[in-house]
Amino acid sequence: MVFEKDLNLDATELRLGLPGSSEESLRISNKRALPDMNDDSGVAAAKKCDQETAPPTKAQVVGWPPIRSYRKNSLQTKKTEAETGGMYVKVSMDGAPYLRKIDLKVYKGYPELFKALEDMFKFKVGKYSEREGYNGSEFVPTYEDKDGDWMLVGDVPWEMFINACKRLRIVRGSEARGLGCVV
Amino acid sequence: MNYFPDEVLEHVFDFITSHKDRNSVSLVCKSWHKIERYSRQRVFIGNCYSISPERLIARFPGLKSLTLKGKPHFADFNLVPHDWGGFVYPWIKALAKSRIGLEELRLKRMVVSDESLELLSKSFVNFKSLVLVSCEGFTTDGLAAIAANCRFLRELDLQENEVDDHRGHWLSCFPESCTSLISLNFACLRGEVNLGALERLVSRSPNLKSLRLNRAVPLDTLQKLLMRAPQLVDLGIGSYVHDPFSEVYNKLKIAIQRCKSIRSLSGFLEVAPHCMSAIYPICGNLTFLNLSYAPGLHGNKLMKLIQHCRKLQRLWILDCIGDKGLGVVALTCKELQELRVFPSDPFGAGNAAVTEEGLVLVSAGCPKLNSLLYFCQQMTNAALITVAKNCPNFIRFRLCILDPIKPDPVTNQPLDEGFGAIVQSCKGLKRLSLSGLLTDQVFLYIGMYAEQLEMLSIAFAADSDKGMLYVLNGCKKLRKLEIRDCPFGDAALLEDVGKYETMRSLWMSSCEVTLGGCKSVAEKMPSLNVEIIDECEQMEFNLDDKQKVDKMYLYRTLVGHRKDAPEYVSIL
Repeated sequence: MVFEKDLNLDATELRLGLPGSSEESLRISNKRALPDMNDDSGVAAAKKCDQETAPPTKAQVVGWPPIRSYRKNSLQTKKTEAETGGMYVKVSMDGAPYLRKIDLKVYKGYPELFKALEDMFKFKVGKYSEREGYNGSEFVPTYEDKDGDWMLVGDVPWEMFINACKRLRIVRGSEARGLGCVV
Repeated sequence: MNYFPDEVLEHVFDFITSHKDRNSVSLVCKSWHKIERYSRQRVFIGNCYSISPERLIARFPGLKSLTLKGKPHFADFNLVPHDWGGFVYPWIKALAKSRIGLEELRLKRMVVSDESLELLSKSFVNFKSLVLVSCEGFTTDGLAAIAANCRFLRELDLQENEVDDHRGHWLSCFPESCTSLISLNFACLRGEVNLGALERLVSRSPNLKSLRLNRAVPLDTLQKLLMRAPQLVDLGIGSYVHDPFSEVYNKLKIAIQRCKSIRSLSGFLEVAPHCMSAIYPICGNLTFLNLSYAPGLHGNKLMKLIQHCRKLQRLWILDCIGDKGLGVVALTCKELQELRVFPSDPFGAGNAAVTEEGLVLVSAGCPKLNSLLYFCQQMTNAALITVAKNCPNFIRFRLCILDPIKPDPVTNQPLDEGFGAIVQSCKGLKRLSLSGLLTDQVFLYIGMYAEQLEMLSIAFAADSDKGMLYVLNGCKKLRKLEIRDCPFGDAALLEDVGKYETMRSLWMSSCEVTLGGCKSVAEKMPSLNVEIIDECEQMEFNLDDKQKVDKMYLYRTLVGHRKDAPEYVSIL
């Protein structure tokens, strides 16, 4: 319809995927996505009948890896819970009686994150320098990355950080020494 | 032996408990057959379509315990459509009409309706035990009927079933007079349960030995339950999330310490890893630990937990334990017999946390290892050869490399030699699942060496019909063969059709067998049901014998074609 073009609905349309990616490629990738757990036989049948000749990649082979639907659905539920509603990570602070949770997506960068942590746990983050880490404070912010390693917060670009960060821990002075804190 | 009165023989047969042995006994002579059948109480039917309920009832009038399996194994992986079959209702209906005093029913991969459960609950006065594994089709309403009507219920064990949860009032349906429970497992239910009713039920069940809770049961209820049931032997924890400094957590620590009989621990469906120290006091006695539904438990906390479990015989874990964690298992669990490592991220970016290294470590540290299920990122021939040398006692060896056709990453060779070493070394091997890049060669080895093999699962393997032929010719004890995505065609299928009568079943999907080939088998072997599962219903329009068959499932049967097959299943 004429109106659609003028209103440029495409640009404002909500869709999955990075801005700028074409809708065509998204369509194709959605088609080859995993079968919906609740509609296995239907989708599987549809896929077979499509007679697509492109070789399926690991994630798209029906029934592989061979794990029971029940187990797959359980994992799926847990993953969905983890992924929906923002990027929540746990924050612990040495000596605090319980942990907190924050949504990393809410912050635009490190300064905002630190302000939020300072308010939450009533402490002050020191001044960051690449050479010396956090100077001037007994507390140092650290995070666990996807490899399970404990890293100093602030070394990598913000986007990289929020994608790698699994949880945060605010470490007390003496323990923080190995992470570049001069106390 | 013919001079002994029947009662004496019956008494002797009482000592023969294995199904295989009792079946053998019944074949000796007519009088033994008769005595055996009247005294038989437990029957196992591996394929519900191999026999009819009427014939079962006629032969074993004293039946008390029945085990039934329905769908083929690959149904677990969505390769069989939901309404294919395996309905338990006709069995319950027939048993209910008869004079059979059923006390125990164990079902696997069957479709169980609420109607069946209700009929079951009302038809057998002495019904004691219901075990459902990987079943579907029922809701908590069906469970309510069981709870309400089975006055002497001892066991309700639900394992990995897809249950439609109508938010349980079903637990409240156990009457106050029900005090006979020994085992209650509802871990697979996803909905809320009435916590008060649960507490009261546990309080009035002094014989309760096994209790597995679902995720909706919080820590403070767990604490109360443990205080009331310190005699538990098997515990499945639902939610394990709490503040380590709270009063409840302290109470839990005390409660757990009183449970000196716990030998089996599972669950942790929701877990706060910093609370694990409360569990340490019972770890030293554990023989079975199942953390395969606890992705929240990994890294150091997990390793620390394992380090306390020196008597472990069976461990089910997620691959986030990593090779390093498996190293800890190897150092700590010297009594380990069974290891299952499940994928925590099966469709992820491909960074599964275990490789061949972890397996080698466990094989070196745990010489009693005899049963393995291992999902991993990669495997090498060298590792498999080492494992075969370290552990010659494997009975079950199931390896799943997440990329199904991945070769040995070090040599880029197929994994034929590695699996060959396994079958050659493990002379008692009964079950084998293969994966990775494999040629016909591995099947030559299997045919040559795997003399005790009863079940074989093959996927994305082999080069030609020879592969399948090696197996069919060599493995004399083969009972179940399941194959997907292999280049096996009619030549292999038709080489020895008589063999299929010695087996329970054969599954072939996405192979090269044709409609004509399948028809040929059906024609030559009237004692087999040859089912073609065709969801696209292409067969209807194209009856060309040269057409490749997408899914074929054949099995021996005494009762001919089944009448409950859906439209897209043709029985040739």
